[in-house]
Amino acid sequence: MGVQKAICLLIGLGLIFSLRASPVNAADKDKIPKYSVPPAPFSEGIFPCSDCHEDMEPDPTRRELEEHTDIQEMFDHASDQRWCLDCHNANDRDKLRLVNGALISFEESYYLCGQCHGTIFRDWKAGVHGKRTGEWNGKKIYRLCVHCHNPHSPKFKPLTPLPPPVRPTEIENRKLNDDQIPRNPIGDIQ
Amino acid sequence: MKSKKDKLTRRNFLKGAAAGTATLALPVGTSDASVWEAFFQKHFRELNKDEVADVIKRLEEEYKEKYKKDVKVKTTDAQPGVLFSYGLDLSRCIGCRRCVYACARENNQSRDPQIHWISVLRFEQGEKFVSNLEEADKYYYPEKVPEDGHFYMPIACQQCENPPCVKVCPTKATWKEPDGIVVVDYNWCIGCRFCMAACPYGARRFNWAAPQIAKEEVNPDTHYLGNRPRYKGVVEKCTFCIQRTRGNPGRYPACVEVCPVGARKFGNLLDPESEIRYCLEHKRVFRLKEELNTAPKFYYFFAT
Ligand code: SF4
Ligand code: SF4
Repeated sequence: MGVQKAICLLIGLGLIFSLRASPVNAADKDKIPKYSVPPAPFSEGIFPCSDCHEDMEPDPTRRELEEHTDIQEMFDHASDQRWCLDCHNANDRDKLRLVNGALISFEESYYLCGQCHGTIFRDWKAGVHGKRTGEWNGKKIYRLCVHCHNPHSPKFKPLTPLPPPVRPTEIENRKLNDDQIPRNPIGDIQ
Repeated sequence: MKSKKDKLTRRNFLKGAAAGTATLALPVGTSDASVWEAFFQKHFRELNKDEVADVIKRLEEEYKEKYKKDVKVKTTDAQPGVLFSYGLDLSRCIGCRRCVYACARENNQSRDPQIHWISVLRFEQGEKFVSNLEEADKYYYPEKVPEDGHFYMPIACQQCENPPCVKVCPTKATWKEPDGIVVVDYNWCIGCRFCMAACPYGARRFNWAAPQIAKEEVNPDTHYLGNRPRYKGVVEKCTFCIQRTRGNPGRYPACVEVCPVGARKFGNLLDPESEIRYCLEHKRVFRLKEELNTAPKFYYFFAT
């Protein structure tokens, strides 16, 4: 009995250990092709973070921030359970940090989001969650999660719709000069 | 520019023929050769290679004169092993109409009178939809979308595998291509609008007047069976952006690329790795008016 228990315990410990030893997503990471994404959408002049943070002592406590007040104001992303250094890496601020300690670049932030939003991450990898452009049978351009969702306030923000169609009763039969022809209201929206 | 008098239409040709004065009704002289050629053009699928080249040359000249720029008219064939299919995520669409106008931009839809291949329908939550679209509103125009208590369903041609529009066409001016796209030959359509009556999805549009697009807004990258400029009196509809998607590699349709929420998915139904197959296998999908046995290749789904 005692021996059996010990073996079980050993196997159990081994399992836990092996799980902990292999970083989350690591196995997956090799299987995933490098996604082509546009550059991360930083606010202007904010990156590299190390420009300011290099000489600062990291302070993990929840507090009233002196800088980044806009972020603190909007912060609405399970904010009770989370604070800056849960995602931002303390010692090298130009990197993000996964829960297993692995450091990733801002261009790979989908690994960070995927830690909690696993089913969405799965759909995103398949090209079904989120916007993709490019070639249906060739090169595809993905978007980072943060291109559509502000990471500090991720709910998708409402948009102004383009105008409704002309009602049939308002359609006229008229010959227009080139400059009178209505222009497409979509403009440069891509 | 040709004057109204010597412009040749099938109708006045037939009128002339009936009166036994056919030769008088036809304009003579080299400048009108293209009118003759257009009139006697064979069915697109019966043209040989040289004849296709002639038709394309004639059209490109016609468009160049009209829009003062080089318009390319492609005739790219369907690829073997490809059956195009579309998925639209109703749990994501916010009704912003980006797709409607990106489609018009890409596919040279008339700006006046306005033609849209995509209609976005708005429903109140809990309202009956799928088989009864009567309660939908397509003229909504709030400041911001999505609106509380509503959902949105864009509709365009469903590219039916069993298309009633094709069955009723008396001239075979519309047909289903091997890659599943239902196309219209605007030089063969006689404008009888039988197909519009037959389509259960209201997907087809008629050019009641000569379509007008500002020259600078004409998309010069066109396909004979797709977005080349149309004429008064012909029917048109979505072609899955045939001018973009037919190609190896081929691009995504314009509506897929513009949708800000990524609600639109496109790919090859025969490729198990495609996005559309992923949707079919992992999501709750349905087809509109399935009971009519039109077998659309357009799937609506709910990702969440
Ligand atoms: S662009 Fe996308 S979100 Fe906007 S109406 Fe079209 S499908 Fe819906
Ligand atoms: S949706 Fe209408 S126009 Fe399109 S293939 Fe089906 S019947 Fe024809």
